[in-house]
Amino acid sequence: MKTATINGKAASTAKTATQNACKLCNPLGACLAFRGIEKCVPFLHGSQGCATYIRRYLISHYKEPIDIASSNFNEETAVFGGSHNLQLGLKNVTRQYKPEVIGIATTCLSETIGDDVPMILKEYKAVMGNDAPLPVMIFASTPSYSGTHIDGFHAAVRSAVATLAEGTPKKNLVNIFPGMISPADIRYLKEILNAFGVPFVLLPDYSQTLDGGPWAEYHRIPPGGTPTHAIANTGGASASIEFGSTLEARKSAAGYLEEKFGVPRRSLPLPIGIKASDRFFAELERLTEKPMPEIHEDERRRLVDAYADGHKYVFGKRAILYGEEDLVISMAAFLHEIGVLPVLCASGGKSGLMKKRLLELIPDLEERGINVRENVDFVDIEHEADELRPDLLIGNSKGFTMSKKHELPLIRIGFPIHDRFGGQRLHHLGYRGTQELFDRIVNTLIEGRQNSSSIGYTYM
Amino acid sequence: MKEEIGILEGRQHQVFEKKSGEEQQFDIACDKTSLSGSVSQRACVFCGSRVVLYPVADAIHIVHGPIGCAAYTWDIRGAVSSGPELHRLSFSTDLQEMDVIYGGEKKLYRSLIELIDQYKPNAAFIYSTCIIGLIGDDIDAVCRKVAQEKGIPVMPVHSEGFKGTKKDGYKAACSALMKLIGTGSTEGISKCSINILGEFNLAGEAWIIREYYEKMGIEVVATMTGDGRIDAIRRSHGVSLNVVQCSGSMTSLAKEMEEKYGIPYIRVSYFGFEDMSKSLYDVAALFPERPEIMEKAREIVRDEIRKYYPEMQKFKGALSGKKAAIYVGGAFKTFSLIKALRTIGMSVVLAGSQTGNKDDYLRLKEMCDEGTVIVDDSNPVELSKFVLEKEADLLIGGVKERPIAFKLGVGFCDHNHERKIPLAGFVGMYNFAKEVYESVMSPVWQFAPRKGGLA
Repeated sequence: MKTATINGKAASTAKTATQNACKLCNPLGACLAFRGIEKCVPFLHGSQGCATYIRRYLISHYKEPIDIASSNFNEETAVFGGSHNLQLGLKNVTRQYKPEVIGIATTCLSETIGDDVPMILKEYKAVMGNDAPLPVMIFASTPSYSGTHIDGFHAAVRSAVATLAEGTPKKNLVNIFPGMISPADIRYLKEILNAFGVPFVLLPDYSQTLDGGPWAEYHRIPPGGTPTHAIANTGGASASIEFGSTLEARKSAAGYLEEKFGVPRRSLPLPIGIKASDRFFAELERLTEKPMPEIHEDERRRLVDAYADGHKYVFGKRAILYGEEDLVISMAAFLHEIGVLPVLCASGGKSGLMKKRLLELIPDLEERGINVRENVDFVDIEHEADELRPDLLIGNSKGFTMSKKHELPLIRIGFPIHDRFGGQRLHHLGYRGTQELFDRIVNTLIEGRQNSSSIGYTYM
Repeated sequence: MKEEIGILEGRQHQVFEKKSGEEQQFDIACDKTSLSGSVSQRACVFCGSRVVLYPVADAIHIVHGPIGCAAYTWDIRGAVSSGPELHRLSFSTDLQEMDVIYGGEKKLYRSLIELIDQYKPNAAFIYSTCIIGLIGDDIDAVCRKVAQEKGIPVMPVHSEGFKGTKKDGYKAACSALMKLIGTGSTEGISKCSINILGEFNLAGEAWIIREYYEKMGIEVVATMTGDGRIDAIRRSHGVSLNVVQCSGSMTSLAKEMEEKYGIPYIRVSYFGFEDMSKSLYDVAALFPERPEIMEKAREIVRDEIRKYYPEMQKFKGALSGKKAAIYVGGAFKTFSLIKALRTIGMSVVLAGSQTGNKDDYLRLKEMCDEGTVIVDDSNPVELSKFVLEKEADLLIGGVKERPIAFKLGVGFCDHNHERKIPLAGFVGMYNFAKEVYESVMSPVWQFAPRKGGLA
């Protein structure tokens, strides 16, 4: 039995089972990343349910059609291996979707029976390759019994690069691997890189595939995504920028490119808050040898001004943060720089690196009473909320149960946002994203004050 | 011929178009596992079990396996409870690599003991997911041991995802329920009593139905499983009739109860004025010795329809001639929806389900107009193709179908587990018509490419 302790008191809740998980399974992340490659269909090697549940979960956030194929295991498949079903499935998906890429990810089932997917793909290519050019096949091993959705996401991105990148001579090109961010964040990053005038490859780019326009006819694969030829170029880039404090080089796309082709890897925390955004922009200035474009200087100036205008509303407030480790770490640093105390930084992930990385950004973390917890679920978080007396919850919409029960305002960020509209259009990154987050935090606190006052102030 | 419109070779017999003129051979294929790579809208065995048992509110539901299956089904249905809400919590043994290697029995045992101590449920359901059979966990033995130690029923639900289709999941859920039924006292149950089966209390629908029957003077012992309680299920063998909706999931339970306890059953539907009224009359007709029950049924139907009729005429006026496509889980629901849509002047151009059987589709074919396409276990490519070809103004389905409709500029009505507005009962028909009206008549479609807007 794990014993949760907070302020020296042992928790009395059941600890062996995970209750109201604060994480999702590995293959979900892979499917999401594959959605950011042009003309790619995600394909799960496992039971039909995995594909369907993950589709449903993603659709409820992105409000876009998300087709994920499945090799649809049956009892025979589980006994004799999934080779036949996988090959038949690839054939059918190719016929029905005419993809250029098929992104294949495993599940707990195919991993447990020990299917050797790369071998099966080799066999498939040998049999089918003579007829017509086959789609590119990108394979990620994503057993649901290890890691969380974020591991699947990075595994898919790394595999895309490992499959497609070529060692071309160095070009004036920057790779950017932003991790699991919103479509709006992706569009904003592209805007920044365009403003610097630097050629870049951003992977994965689901800014259009998961947040696109209306259709005159059904698109088997929605338009948008990083093209395969662009991914091929990543091997010849002058550098890779990769977001993610806990993302290790051996698991990341930039890590692969550095090792294989000597493309320098610049690992940064997700740029949330002024300091982290400054670091990101400084990196771009260094790589491009150009100053920050005026429009972004302007955005930064407005943000600094907003911090001044809003500082009194937020100072000393206590927040509980939860979600993917990298998001939580960057959000904590941002809260720290505006005077909000992130009393609990919690994640269902367990990289073992969270506290270390947070200490790099907030060295006096412990003196300030900031608790860092990996591998927790919502019941753990709720339990700690009783002790920590927060003013705010910040995280995805699965914290709503806790928010309602404890009458705490919830500021929805990240994924999933299933109970509000427009989660795909929220900004989190850079000066613009920070501005949006800051405005939302301030307004939430103002609203709380206004509503709880009997006077009914119309100026706050 | 069908290859032209992009139907996969392995699926051509699962798509059928009703033609005019000569007698058509009807040989639709169904009851098959989904074709690999076809992007079926179906889920799996686990899903079937989970949706059926989910609304039992005073039991804990523990998903034995890696985290995904529990995470994706946490608070997933709109099934509401009038009391305890244990069903809205998500419990998983969250198996890790080492558990997969060494087995998960001990972890399951500890999880169960701790959760039962913490939540004091009246029973526990343990769902086995894909890998449980493969790693050799004997969950039956663990359940027996915990039941003995804790003194509550602990039921294994054998729902490994790959072992069949969603329908096999229904069966696994029904056998878990069967183990509970018959273990409670039937003392004091009236002779005019029923169980409501296959009604999951989405948005409080079971309450609406229950009220009608109770007004008629009939005692409702258990609703399975909407607003479900373990004690009610345990004594549910004391009724004189089982009334089964959502026939796909619960008919097997009704049949077993008939065999074991001699309780007859009838199949009903609560969607649409026509089927709703019939489900009251059919039940009343089975209690001929109490004519006042039928009288009361007539009164309810008369009062309710009178209440909603004027508004319905308004909807009908606006919606007449509009076309609908239906793709839902069970075929039985499509029958009611076709009738309900006719009530508001709409025709059906596409009808299909994930789990219909041959008889269902035969009946569907008889009900449909010429030119209607019937599909079994369809996918987004087919659905969107027919929605566009047949110029549907409305799609009825669930979460996965919704973005297909909206992308193409077509109205949508959610008739799945997640709905928040009751669509059953007389008030449900009114809500349904209102929702259809609001979606189909929305001015936003003027900007859709289908209506001449820019793509």
